[in-house]
Formats: sequence, C-alpha cells, structure tokens
Amino acid sequence: MKLTLPAPDRFSIAGKTATPDERAEIVVIGAGPAGCAAAIEAAKAGAQVVLIDENPVAPGLIGMDVPLQYGGRATPAVQTPERLVERVLEANPALGEAFELGVDVRLSTYAWGAWVNGPGLRGLATGIIGLADETRSWTLGFDRLILATGARDLNLSFAGSDQPGVMGAQALHALIARYGAFAGRRLAILGTGSLALDAAELALAHGLEVAALVEAREAGVGDPARLAALAAQGVEIIAGHVPLAAEGGPDGVTGLVLANIAAPERHRHIDCDTVCLAIGAVPVIELFDVLGAKRTLVTERGGHVPVVGADGGTSLAEVFAAGDCTGLGSDAVEAGGAAARAALRSLGRPAEAELPRLVPPGPDALAYQLDWARALLSTGGPEVLACICEDVTRGELLAVQPPRYLGWSSNAIARRDLGTLAEDGPLDQDQIKRLTRACMGACQARRCREQVALMMALGAGVPAQSIPLAGYRAPVRPLPLSVLADADEPAAMAENWNVWFGIVTQWISYDDIGTEREAEQLRAGMPY
Amino acid sequence: MAKSGSSVVVVGGGVTGLSAAWWLARSGVEVTVLEKGIVGFEASGRNGGGCTHYQSPLFHEEQRLWPQMDELLGYPTEHRSGRIVFQVDERKANFHEGLAMRIPAGYAWEVLDGKQVRERVPLAGDNAISGVQLHFGGHANPQRTSQAYAWAAQDHGARIRQHVAVRGFEMAGGRVSAVETSQGRFGCDALVIAAGPQTGQLAAMLGHHLPMAPARAEMIVTEPLPLMPMGGVDGHGLYGRQTLRGNLAYGGGPHEWYDDIALESPPPRPSGSVLRGLAKRVAELLPRAAHARVIRSWAGVIENTPDGRPVIERLSSPDNVTLATMSSVGFGLSPASGHAIRDLVVDGVCSFADLSKLSLARFAELSPDWRRELNWLPPETAAASQGASR
Ligand SMILES: Cc1cc2nc3c(=O)[nH]c(=O)nc-3n(C[C@H](O)[C@H](O)[C@H](O)COP(=O)(O)OP(=O)(O)OC[C@H]3O[C@@H](n4cnc5c(N)ncnc54)[C@H](O)[C@@H]3O)c2cc1C
Ligand SMILES: Cc1cc2nc3c(=O)[nH]c(=O)nc-3n(C[C@H](O)[C@H](O)[C@H](O)COP(=O)(O)OP(=O)(O)OC[C@H]3O[C@@H](n4cnc5c(N)ncnc54)[C@H](O)[C@@H]3O)c2cc1C
Repeated sequence: MKLTLPAPDRFSIAGKTATPDERAEIVVIGAGPAGCAAAIEAAKAGAQVVLIDENPVAPGLIGMDVPLQYGGRATPAVQTPERLVERVLEANPALGEAFELGVDVRLSTYAWGAWVNGPGLRGLATGIIGLADETRSWTLGFDRLILATGARDLNLSFAGSDQPGVMGAQALHALIARYGAFAGRRLAILGTGSLALDAAELALAHGLEVAALVEAREAGVGDPARLAALAAQGVEIIAGHVPLAAEGGPDGVTGLVLANIAAPERHRHIDCDTVCLAIGAVPVIELFDVLGAKRTLVTERGGHVPVVGADGGTSLAEVFAAGDCTGLGSDAVEAGGAAARAALRSLGRPAEAELPRLVPPGPDALAYQLDWARALLSTGGPEVLACICEDVTRGELLAVQPPRYLGWSSNAIARRDLGTLAEDGPLDQDQIKRLTRACMGACQARRCREQVALMMALGAGVPAQSIPLAGYRAPVRPLPLSVLADADEPAAMAENWNVWFGIVTQWISYDDIGTEREAEQLRAGMPY
Repeated sequence: MAKSGSSVVVVGGGVTGLSAAWWLARSGVEVTVLEKGIVGFEASGRNGGGCTHYQSPLFHEEQRLWPQMDELLGYPTEHRSGRIVFQVDERKANFHEGLAMRIPAGYAWEVLDGKQVRERVPLAGDNAISGVQLHFGGHANPQRTSQAYAWAAQDHGARIRQHVAVRGFEMAGGRVSAVETSQGRFGCDALVIAAGPQTGQLAAMLGHHLPMAPARAEMIVTEPLPLMPMGGVDGHGLYGRQTLRGNLAYGGGPHEWYDDIALESPPPRPSGSVLRGLAKRVAELLPRAAHARVIRSWAGVIENTPDGRPVIERLSSPDNVTLATMSSVGFGLSPASGHAIRDLVVDGVCSFADLSKLSLARFAELSPDWRRELNWLPPETAAASQGASR
C-alpha cells in the first residue's frame, strides 16, 4: 500500500497569534482594596500600570447575577452604569489615588481570559489578557500580572430562592457601598459568621432593617460580642433553623419561612423583602484556572484558592495575586502592596521584600457550608432546584438524570444514580455537569457550583473535600458573540483558517484511495 | 479468536474503546476497559458531535447504526439526523461541487440557495449565499454518548475501571498475556489498544511503529437560544451544532500541535486562544445569534496519523492485539468502529467493511522526519516570554 501524504500544514496556530492590541508592564485585575494597593505601589515605583475593573457592571450582567448575586435588588440606577462611575470613585478613594499616580484605570472593563506560555500553549510573544467592554473585545499584553479579583457569593438554594429578593452578601456590599443602589428595605440574613455580621452591620449602618440572622447550627458561630450588639439593636438571632421557602409576590420576596431543623414540621415566619445569603464567600479564581496556575483547597480560607507564596507569587512566574482571591481573611491592602513589590522585584526593579503578616486560619468554611447544605436538603427535600439556569432539581442531580427536556426514561437509566457512579471511581463534578447539565448554564455556575458539589458529597456520602473543583474556562464573563468577535483578525488567521486540520488525504473516500479519483480530489483540495 | 468466556482488555475509555467494549460485551465476551481518567473525558467528550463521515469505509455502518443507538444502548445520545451546511463567503458559493465528488451514491442531498437556507435556518441572515442539506448524517451529544456506551457495556457485564493507567504489557508465548497498570496487573486473552493520542506510544511497546501526532483543538458554546428546526447546522469554516437545549456549540480554526503527551496523566488542554476567531465566524454564519452570550470554551487533544486516516487493525504479531485510532474523526464513526473492533477481536476480520487500506503497513517507508516535513510542529515559544514555571 502506497502512502499518500498531505501538503505541509499551514492551518496550525503557529504564527497566527496576533500581537496584543496594547501592552503594559504590570496589569492589575480587580480594583478592590487589594488591586488598588498593588497598582499604587507599582506606580510609585515608576512602573507602567494598567488597572482593570468591571465595575460599574452592565445592567445585562447584573440581571444575570454576574459577577455577584444581585438577586434583582438593584435600583434602576444600575441601568446607567456611566452615571455610577462617579459613585464608584467616591466610594473607593484609592482609585483616585491610583489615577493621580498615573495608573491607567479602566472601569467597566471585563478581563474574560488570560494566558501565558505553558503546557499545551506555546508561541505567545507575551502574556495576554482578553479584555472587553459592552461593545468590543481586545487584547492586552503584560510583563507581569497581578490578580486581585476578590470573592463572589456562595448560593445555597431553597424553595422560592430563584425569585427577586434572594441575593448574596458580596452583592449587598457592592450595591450599598459601591453603587448606592440597593432596593431592599428589610432583610433576613442567612449565617452568623463574620460575613453575616459584616452584612448586618453594613445594612444597619445604612438605615436598613435587619429582621433576623438565621443559623443552621445550634448557636451563632461568629464573634459573640458582635452578635450581642446586633441583638441589642433588635436583630433576632434564630439558630437551629434554615429557610424552607421564600414567599413572594410580583416584586419578589415578601417573607421567609424557616424550618426548625430538629423538628422540621415546626416553622417560623419572617417578614422581609430581601434574603441575604451570607453563609460563605467564594474566592474568584477563574482567571488562575484559565491561566493554568496551580490551586489547592484551603477550607479555612474559603475553598479552592491558587497556590500563593507569602509574597503573592503564584506557580506561574509572571503572575501574582492578592486579596480575597487568594483566600478569605487576609489584609487586602497589605497583600496588594506585597504582591506589587514581588512583581517589581521579578522585573529587576528595586523593591523591598516586606511580607504581609501571616493570616490566622479562619473557621472551616467547607464544614460550615456542608452543615447548611445538609439541613437544607433534609428539610427542603429533592424538589428544590440545585441549578437555576438549567432547571435541575436536587433530586435529579442525585439520581444523575438526563435533563427533563429530553423526555427520556428507561429502566437502565433509572438504575443509575450518584451511588452507582461512585462505584466506578471518585465522583467528578465536571462529569455530573455533563450528564445532568447542572452548572452548565448562562450564569457560568456562579449560583450553583458550590452547592452542586455539596449535594454530590451528601448524596454519595463522600467527604466534600473529595469532590474536585469543576474547572473554569474562558470567557469568564458571559459576553456576546458580537463583542468577543475579533473585528481585526490577523491576515494569517483569516487566510489559513480551516474547518478541521486541513489534511486533504483525510477526506478522500476510502474507495478512491489509490485510484485516479484520489489524485483528482487531491488536486481539487478540501471541499469546504 | 477470543471466545465467549475469554477475557479482553480494552485500553482507553474514549468512544472507540467504549464502543468496542459494548460490542464485545453484547457478544458475550468478558471485557474490561482500563481508562486512566474518567470515561469520555478526552476528545470523546469534547468534540463537535458530527456523525457524517462519507469518506470512511465505516460510513454505511455509521449511518445504519446511529438512528438506532438510543434504543440499542438504553441511554440517550441526543442523536438527530440530517445536516445543513451553508456558506456566507462568495468564494465558497459553489462548494457543493466539491461535495458532489465525494458523497457516495444512495445518499440523498440537495443544494440550497440563500433564501432556502434562511427558510430552514432561522438564525441565518441575509449574507447566506448557498448551502446543502444532507438527508443523512447527523449529530449527537458526545458526553452523553460516551457515558451511554460505558453504562450499556456495564449492563452487558463489562467492567469499566477508571483511574487505571496502562504502562506496559506482559508477553507469553508471543502473545500479550497481561497488562501492567498503575493499579496492578490485568490478565487478558486479547487486547484492544484504543488509547487515542497515546495509542502510538503503547503500540511502540509491542514493537510496532504507529506514527501519530497529538494536537489541541477548541470549541465555544453560547447560552441557549430558541431551537431551530434542525440543529445540525454549520459551514463558514466551522463545525458544530445547536444542542437540544439550544446552545450553539462550534469549533474550527487553528489547532496547536504538541510535542508529545504523557502516557499516564491527562494532557494539558488550555482553551480560549482561538475563541475570538470562533466568535467572529459564528456571528457571521448566524447573524441573528450575534447577541448570544458565549458561556464557555474548551479544548480537546486529538490523535492524527500522517495521512489523517485511521488504523484499525488486528496485528499479526502479537496476534491477540487490535490497534484502533481514528485519526481525529472518531466520534461519529464510533458505533461502527466498535463493531469493526469486535469483529477483529472475535472473528479476526471485519464483517461489514474492507479495512485493508488502513493497515499500519502503509507507514513502513515513512520518513523519520515526517512531522517536520508535514510542518506538524508546536509553535516556537518566543524567547522573551519563556514563562518558567516555579
Ligand atoms: C458584607 C460586606 C461588608 C464589607 N464591609 C467592609 C468595610 O466595612 N470596610 C472595607 O474596607 N471593606 C468592606 N468589605 C469589602 C471587603 O472587605 C473587601 O472587598 C475585601 O477586603 C477584599 O478585597 P479585594 O480587593 O481582595 O477584593 P474585592 O474588593 O472584591 O475586589 C475585586 C474586584 O475585582 C473585580 N473583578 C474580578 N474579576 C474580574 C474580571 N475578570 N474582570 C474585571 N474585574 C474583575 C471585581 O468586580 C471587584 O471589583 C465588605 C464586604 C462585604 C461582603
Ligand atoms: C474539539 C474537537 C472536535 C471534534 N469534532 C469531531 C466531530 O464533530 N466528529 C467526529 O467524529 N470527531 C470529532 N473529533 C474527534 C473525536 O473526538 C476523536 O477522534 C475521538 O473522540 C477519538 O476517540 P478515541 O476513543 O479513539 O480516543 P480518546 O477520546 O482520546 O480516548 C482515548 C482514551 O484513552 C485513555 N488513555 C490514554 N492512554 C492511556 C493509558 N496509558 N492507560 C489508560 N487509558 C489511557 C485516555 O485517557 C482517553 O480517555 C473532535 C475532536 C475534538 C478535540
């Protein structure tokens, strides 16, 4: 048999990666306390710094609970993000300082991807960030990248929690402190840890009513003095309870029904227009994952976090990190400064190796979340949605059922569930996602990633730590095709784009191999 | 030659190995699949789901089987029949002429003008210039299909062992008698190697040169949109489909060649570097979907032989080994490739197709420098950005 080989490949990525549209020495993503401190420190040392932050976020994303769980409790002010800019600057004086120091500050700008050369990705001339605003996307090359992307909300659902009025503590902070655009009046807060206490104090300080703090464990878990101070202000601390259902009307939540965990038939009712989830926050590690940085599970720092040295260095030489995205509980300002100094040193610029103080470990966040999830599951049952976007109930998740719209049922599939799957090897959330579609939705699993993992652990009776994180991939913000589209694609890409590998011999009919018809088709090239 | 009661080990839990296991198990053969990760977690669960491969000797069997697969397996594959391919670039207006040379007789298809395309593809726009509708072929959900094979094989008694990496073979009397793995030794009467891009490395351990090169390819997926009457719609340098949930899932464009990949650990699969090129083309192909939000991308690592054609062969020595690599178009053909492998293992010959032209022997004279000559090389890393990992 004679071997017919295709022409040399001109369709591979080699030589097609465009030079970035812009370039910066140091790029900082996230303009919270950590990112601002990093940008300021780097600018003071004379570095050329670009600081990126997505706030004020476009109304479309706010409506999708991206990046935080706003729960439909933003005022109409968020409809005009350009008018919120001033408010955002006012709320964050460090941004102004960065600006004064010559930092190139970009607000309402999403970093939707980030890449450095590494295994499986060669040929980049520099590290690259994918950026976008509401109308277009572009690329920014960097020498050093500092990620200070903060934390997002942890959502645990209950009946009725997919209606307006159920929101996260991070979103509450963003709407109150950053935007001055919170539409609620009276809150029930879930959790009694430091996050819940922060949320309650924030709300009270802004003249809102806090009806109660609800706790699944038998007693409040946070600082007793702060809990007592809240109680003295009329906030009820209701332990041993979890939400059974949020009641609602046309504007969303009007009340919350609680179940007594020890005696689930006993209910309590709270009048409120907002239920604020403050059981936990999740370090925002999306870009670390896209970059391929090493990560690890640190339950006393909030969950999956990048592996970061004391100076903020990650497993990737050109990437540094600071603040909540490296784990909850650090001093964000101190960490931001340290990360900037480490980045500067790595560029050969003089900067002291002054390290931030060691962070004392916080409580075991995973154990706490698991207690909540267990109580919610046992009181609320299997009908509650585990994934809102894809309409997957807890029961369907635990039974590993294919989505309802397939209308599929068979004895074979009825015999399958998480337990049988676990017999084939350790459970994997990405596998469950593919089978049930839980976490496959448009919110990019921000509302369900953690609770699906918790439900899997409970359903299969395995430790929550054993469930691997479902990976994050670009784009880390759900942006339209028209925005992400490369409007000014390099000619090399446009001319040598092939639907597959462009191996002509691959597409020649078997019967024609070795015949005159093969030669004819080789001459004609690929059909499309 | 493997009779009922004898045991076959299949290396690789992708669609090729899983389908083979299912076919073998259905024939009463005792079979064990050894998969270093999770079933269908590599290319088999990351592809475009296309099931329309008229170039292949397995084509007729592919077309015969797909419409029955849900029922045969007992699990959903989301298979749907038919495809529309259309173009929006003047230079490709007559692409159907190229197809006419290739589509075998007996399969119905028609040429569409721009207006007909718009009537049949609600998300298409004024720029649609010409298309074809195939009344054969189709698409399925790769992830669901991979798991369906695994479960169906189990239902017929097959054992699926995940997280078991094969690292060598034990020989006795000129045949492979056992497989060495990260989890110990598995005895076997016959062996199937269907390890995707790693098939070449494993074949080399048995003294066979199966030239292959791994590469990474990417896809993107949007939020769900209202369902079009037909989901199997592509063209304009893209392959893909609208899923039954309504998401648009498309791939195409540049691949990245890898030097090699590890035998026992998963390959790196960074994604996103072709995302903007894909987004641009999906928005051009389906302008009425331009507003749709992209919610994910992914990459898969694929095998390719130098001529891009499969190898599906029962070796003569050791004669109880069957090699199978589909050379980057193995999802759609999997119902048929598994059948062919079953036949080779049990009967020594494929009952429904001639596979002789796909023999390994064709590579006997291949230049050792073939990857360089074909330009199948990883991009060079610019010196300035050698991102040393710490
Ligand atoms: C209830 C509550 C009360 C609080 N009260 C106080 C208080 O009293 N005083 C105080 O100082 N702080 C308060 N905080 C804020 C909190 O302490 C700080 O946010 C924290 O210190 C973490 O800072 P950070 O810089 O790590 O992250 P963050 O402040 O969360 O900043 C991260 C930023 O990065 C952005 N970002 C993430 N990913 C991307 C991307 N891909 N593209 C573009 N932008 C991105 C985020 O939108 C965000 O703006 C409160 C927070 C909460 C939840
Ligand atoms: C983005 C993309 C789009 C594609 N689109 C299409 C399409 O539309 N239609 C189509 O037909 N094809 C398509 N393909 C190609 C198709 O996916 C592959 O050809 C097919 O999945 C190959 O299946 P396989 O089982 O042979 O290999 P794989 O899926 O690679 O499976 C091999 C398995 O072997 C395992 N393995 C490897 N080494 C060992 C070891 N030492 N021990 C144990 N296990 C091992 C691997 O972990 C892997 O799971 C596409 C591929 C990609 C990546």
